[in-house]
Amino acid sequence: MNLGAPGSETAALAAEGLTRRFGDRLAVDRIDFSVSHGEIFGLLGPNGAGKSTTVRMLTGYLAPTAGRARVEGIDVAVEPCRARRHIGVVPEEANVYSDLSVLHNVLLMAELHGVPRAERERRCRDLLAAFGLDGRAAQGGRELSKGLRQRLMLCMALVSEPSVLFLDEPTSGLDVASAHLIRDVVAQLNRECGMTVLLTTHNMAEAETLCHRVGILREGRLAAIDTPAALRRRVASRRSVVATFTGAVPDPATVLPAIDIETAPLPAGWRVYAAEPGPLAQHIAVRCAALGAELASLNTFEPSLEDVFVSITGEADAQH
Amino acid sequence: MRSTEAGRLDAWRLHLRCAWAIGKKNARVYYLKGPVISFGIVFPVFFYLAFAAGHDAPPATMVPGIVAMALFFTASAVGPLVTPWERQARTYERLVTSPASLGAILAGDAGAGAAFGALLALLPLAGGLALTSAAVVDPIALVAGWLLGALAFATLGVLLAAPATDTPSQVMMLSNLVRLPLIFISGVFVPHDQMPVWGQWLSPLSPLSYCADLMRVGFGAAPHWSVAVDAAALMGFTMAFGWIALLLHQRTLRR
Repeated sequence: MNLGAPGSETAALAAEGLTRRFGDRLAVDRIDFSVSHGEIFGLLGPNGAGKSTTVRMLTGYLAPTAGRARVEGIDVAVEPCRARRHIGVVPEEANVYSDLSVLHNVLLMAELHGVPRAERERRCRDLLAAFGLDGRAAQGGRELSKGLRQRLMLCMALVSEPSVLFLDEPTSGLDVASAHLIRDVVAQLNRECGMTVLLTTHNMAEAETLCHRVGILREGRLAAIDTPAALRRRVASRRSVVATFTGAVPDPATVLPAIDIETAPLPAGWRVYAAEPGPLAQHIAVRCAALGAELASLNTFEPSLEDVFVSITGEADAQH
Repeated sequence: MRSTEAGRLDAWRLHLRCAWAIGKKNARVYYLKGPVISFGIVFPVFFYLAFAAGHDAPPATMVPGIVAMALFFTASAVGPLVTPWERQARTYERLVTSPASLGAILAGDAGAGAAFGALLALLPLAGGLALTSAAVVDPIALVAGWLLGALAFATLGVLLAAPATDTPSQVMMLSNLVRLPLIFISGVFVPHDQMPVWGQWLSPLSPLSYCADLMRVGFGAAPHWSVAVDAAALMGFTMAFGWIALLLHQRTLRR
């Protein structure tokens, strides 16, 4: 896996100075990144940061105000139809045909993507079976729950066996089982078929688990781009020690009187942030013993992707 | 050179296949929608009844006009509704991000409208033949008017869907604003030579005029223009409407 940025013409997917303006509002501002073949790339950012607009430009739905989007080296604005033959899209909002049956929704996409007539229906039915929708093939799209509709959208995106899959917040608002299934399928497609995936999400744990690299968007600009591990190293100061207590929780200022340190209260204890959490944890253990505070647990933590996100975007309301 | 031609042929095949798939989808999804039924079928029926009530012309003479008007309303009823509906349901995004070109999407919409109009216009045609003394004298002119008219009207419908709105009622309002005046200047019920002078001047601007003329020839009347002129005009309108529709839909997408 190439974790660096490949040349945009050889990459599976590339944004070159991609910019989109809506009237006076600059939604996406000169974004540059590329995604290697077989990579899962996550685009993170708070609401309104420009994630969906970026996906819409990369898939050819929106024309960029400036810059260029390439899929498999093909300029999406110059040869949109050829570029779109390589992609599958699961947009943020469900857009299945509610008056068409589940099977006809998938068949439509198969036909538009030129799946040969002889194998069209078999491929559609196989996909529906893989996503647990085979018993609902004759049901109308409107009869599906949100989770089942999301599964149908994945079937519609995958029926053409695309080399690049776009997933715009695919698990947002889904029940645990559906979200789990979708994450498993994405990981499996990437692992077994080498499918390139661009994923936007608010879910930091999902990005951390699935993505080889992530880009963090803030106000339309790419504020950071790297592997989750490398991004975590950038915020080493967000390493922490979590202490919980069986009895009364002592004031951290009493336990650590001489140290100017950032603390955060927890239900039965507190978290203290430090670049070197190991020695600090030992110090806390010694001080608690001296003060008679009964420690229930004492653990050190590396920063999470959420810490990186909060540090870069200043948004503390990221979903867990 | 040969590979370039083969590539072009492949591209055309792809466009046609996509247009066919979209046309089939439109037929499945939109033919039975309320507004399509009301604006495409109920509206022209009552429009005709209201008109016929005040005239004492023999019913047979009105058959060509009724068939042309039915074709006009039905064929142009699907196009204006599909795009705003699809924008509202976000399925338009699905089509635009598929390998279907915008031209193929619009061709699919126009094809579905033309098929809807052509099929439903057979009802008044059959009724007119069965219930009145009207008889087909020139089937070629009748078929030309039927098919070319369906295409021209359906393409007009697609053109009317170009405004950037996801509210079907707004497009239907615009659509009726355009379609209703065309009835009055197209010689549907009144032959051209009996129309007021201003009507005779405006009549060539309406595709319905040429369709009605072909229908009338089909039922044995003398043409106002000629069959060739009528057919050429309808093809010209189809191409012009299609081209303008493509430009306007492209502009809407770029916004």
